[in-house]
Amino acid sequence: MTEQEIQRKLEERFGAAVGPVAEGAGDSWIEVDADRIDEVAAFMKSDPALRFDCLSNQTGLDLPERNHIQVVYNLLSYEHRHEVTLKVNADREKPVVNTVEATWKAANWLEREIYDLLGVDFPGHSDLRRILLPDDWIGHPLRKDYVEAPEYHGISTIRESMLDIPGRS
Amino acid sequence: MSVEVEIEGRGGIATEEMTLNMGPQHPSTHGVLRFIVKADGEIMRTAIPDIGYLHRSIEKIAEKVGWHGFMPYTDRVDYVAAMTANQGWAMASEALGGIEVPRRGEYCRVIAAELGRICSHLLAVGAMGMDIGAITPFTHALREREMINDLLEELCGARLTFNYMRIGGVAWDLPPGYRDKVIDFLDHFEPVIHELNDLLSYNKIYVERLANVAPISAEMAISYNLVGPNLRGSGVSYDLRKDRPYSVYGDFEFDVPVGMGEQGTVGDCWDRYIVRMRECLQSCWILRQALDQIPEGPVIAKVPRNFKPKAGDVHVRVESARGDMNWYVAADGSEFPYRVHIHTGSFAAMSIIEEISEGMMIADLVAIIASLDIVAPEVDR
Amino acid sequence: MQEFIDGLIGTTTGMEQHLAYLAGMLVFGAAVVFGFILPIAGVTSWLERRVWARIQSRIGPNRVGPAGFLQWLADGLKNLLKEDVVPDAVDARLFRLAPYVVVTGFVAAFVAVPFAGSLIIADLNIGILYITAVTSLVVVGILMAGWSSNNKWSMLGGIRSATQIVSYEIPAGLAIFPAVLLSGTLSMQGIIESQGWEPWNWHMFHSPFALAAFLLFFVSTLAEGNRTPFDLPEAESELVAGFATEYSGMRSLLFFLAEWGNLYLIGALVATLYLGGWQVPDFTRSTFLLAVAQFGTFFLKAYFFVFVAMWIRATLPRVRVDQLMSLCWKYMVPIGLVSVIGTASVMVAFPEGNMTMRMAMTGLVGLLIVRFFLRVRYHLRRSKGVGFQPTGSVAQG
Repeated sequence: MTEQEIQRKLEERFGAAVGPVAEGAGDSWIEVDADRIDEVAAFMKSDPALRFDCLSNQTGLDLPERNHIQVVYNLLSYEHRHEVTLKVNADREKPVVNTVEATWKAANWLEREIYDLLGVDFPGHSDLRRILLPDDWIGHPLRKDYVEAPEYHGISTIRESMLDIPGRS
Repeated sequence: MSVEVEIEGRGGIATEEMTLNMGPQHPSTHGVLRFIVKADGEIMRTAIPDIGYLHRSIEKIAEKVGWHGFMPYTDRVDYVAAMTANQGWAMASEALGGIEVPRRGEYCRVIAAELGRICSHLLAVGAMGMDIGAITPFTHALREREMINDLLEELCGARLTFNYMRIGGVAWDLPPGYRDKVIDFLDHFEPVIHELNDLLSYNKIYVERLANVAPISAEMAISYNLVGPNLRGSGVSYDLRKDRPYSVYGDFEFDVPVGMGEQGTVGDCWDRYIVRMRECLQSCWILRQALDQIPEGPVIAKVPRNFKPKAGDVHVRVESARGDMNWYVAADGSEFPYRVHIHTGSFAAMSIIEEISEGMMIADLVAIIASLDIVAPEVDR
Repeated sequence: MQEFIDGLIGTTTGMEQHLAYLAGMLVFGAAVVFGFILPIAGVTSWLERRVWARIQSRIGPNRVGPAGFLQWLADGLKNLLKEDVVPDAVDARLFRLAPYVVVTGFVAAFVAVPFAGSLIIADLNIGILYITAVTSLVVVGILMAGWSSNNKWSMLGGIRSATQIVSYEIPAGLAIFPAVLLSGTLSMQGIIESQGWEPWNWHMFHSPFALAAFLLFFVSTLAEGNRTPFDLPEAESELVAGFATEYSGMRSLLFFLAEWGNLYLIGALVATLYLGGWQVPDFTRSTFLLAVAQFGTFFLKAYFFVFVAMWIRATLPRVRVDQLMSLCWKYMVPIGLVSVIGTASVMVAFPEGNMTMRMAMTGLVGLLIVRFFLRVRYHLRRSKGVGFQPTGSVAQG
């Protein structure tokens, strides 16, 4: 199925929650509302013409100029061998995107990573905790305005000059 | 250590669960992995993976070092088969910048990538044998890997982290006489694969340890986004090089080995292992064809030094040794990438371990990790 | 040994005699332990590393001494000089005691091992039974090591090892029976003397049941010695070093010495029970030369099995614990029982022995050895690419 056909099917089912096929300099995508993404996901997996049984990749992007945090879903269907990209925009102050873990188990760890590095909350996720960083880390590093804490467990993260090695003059 | 003993109503003894830590420091060759194992004697209740010990924030570094400067970092994302990581980044940048790689450059990429794939599979197979207890095939596999390392060193100067590909092609052309050296190596190597097969694959003890251990159904594999030999071991015939050909893979003829449950169930550890062994032979075939068909010409396109692709984002997949490596790259029109996200097969494979390890024995956990071919740098980046 | 000491001290009685025997025991014991057992364990470690290296297409130790032969001395010296680390949280007394219990268990078995016709410390009339009993002390030592280390992985390793050794005592014991039946005695010298020097006069070729018992015995003692394919207690990739994880320096070396020395003990037992021990043809009247020849034969036979054990370790993967147990109880114990009954039946059917059956068994094993060498040659040629077809050309391997 082409992207236009996929988008038409989604629009039939979900109406205004699904945007048109958007073109950019790279891949084209379909925008979906943050609070309907779980239903859209379930539909995309179960519908026999779509049958998107694999969540190939899920990425979070920090877009401070638009005040959004964007979550990009790259879907793949092994049955029909077609692919599509979905994008969800969440408010940057308090980003909340429904989880798609119920549809694709791969989303479990992928969403944990997005929570860890960008601070997006996924209500409905079974185990939302930090995955790559230690549990007591402060901040979400992949945000554009992230400033590292000056120390972690007593180890300073600031060094004035490259030649300034502690213990030596 | 004290053990609580309670007499249950049925007259049995209540035992408590042991929580063991298969810590990040471990004499296993799969890297820095940690599992918190809750075991009842030998049988595990769960094995919870704890990752992040090798997290180097490579994705954030990409936003600082620029398009060209990120190439050496891609080697470190998967240092066992670094060529395909290079290729993924190059392809993503080229897709954003609208750059076309000359055909000879593409052929050089394929040759390098396939040699890297054989390297990686040899290490995977050898390490798997060693984890199961057969220490000799590991040394034989590494001996062969040394020869490939020598070939790649001649090609690009490095044995492990190559930094061979550039945006627009490859850095250097094949050295003179390279074709004959690679063909000599392949003529020597293919009988050795058969020897490794004879030595290891059908050994009764080996088969007993691996067959019917942690079978993963195709449905579960797809849902967890297992890719590459892990997915093909579960019976799904999907190889990016054949089903969604990129670079010049469409010019070559090769088979895609798929697990068929020969020694147990479809999708058990043995299937994933034998798919890797067979893929080595297929890579040899592709290499022979590539060396025969390689055309003359330049190996790199003209790419400006301050490369500034148009704003947009692209999702590129390459078939690395561990399966689809997803590269999601977003550009904002400047000379620094806006966002780079790498999603690798090992990440997904780690996530499935918690589910499939229930009811297995601790000795099986090692077999499962080895059969899923997990390398830590890919998981943590 | 007793006669030797009597010869030295003349006839005394009472307390002096006992003291003389005690002194003699200590001197002899020290001589045998330091002069034979420890060097044997060390040389076995050197041989193991060289054999493995050859199988794995590398070189192995080759710096210290000719062909690295003194490597074990260097290792021993290094370990003696290492810091003696006793972790805080361990049970210190048990922790310190465990290696010595293990070593005692295995060294005490050498009292009854017949090195030559006249070279045996004590020809007990329950020789083989004594050896089987005393080597079980090793289990106690391993459990002590695993428990006192206060480390869950060590404990797992210790328990696995204890289970394994205790389980495999049964098939080992059953496999000893046919040899004892055929010899009519439990004494080690007696067992050897009941065999001849020609191969077809060895116990292992007596009947198919005796051959099965021989194989069963070899495999069971491998399992008792924690050797691959049964080395799960020391599985490196899972348990670091199993029960010996917390040990360092000389204490850990003692565990390894016990393992290597045990290899020699396995070889010695197999050679004694089934291969005719030190039997050589009567070629000289000089007792000294005869003793040397007998010692050499016994040594070579024992070392052949040590070599086979090392070969197996370098080649085969590890068996999992439940598979190990099922192998023992479901397969080896029945085979053991059948071999005992079978040997007894053959003995009843042919009271004078059956030379035809013996020659047939010898011939059969000889043919198998020839076939083995032909297979090796076939595989060597295949791996060198003789008749090689590249993938994709015609048919694929």
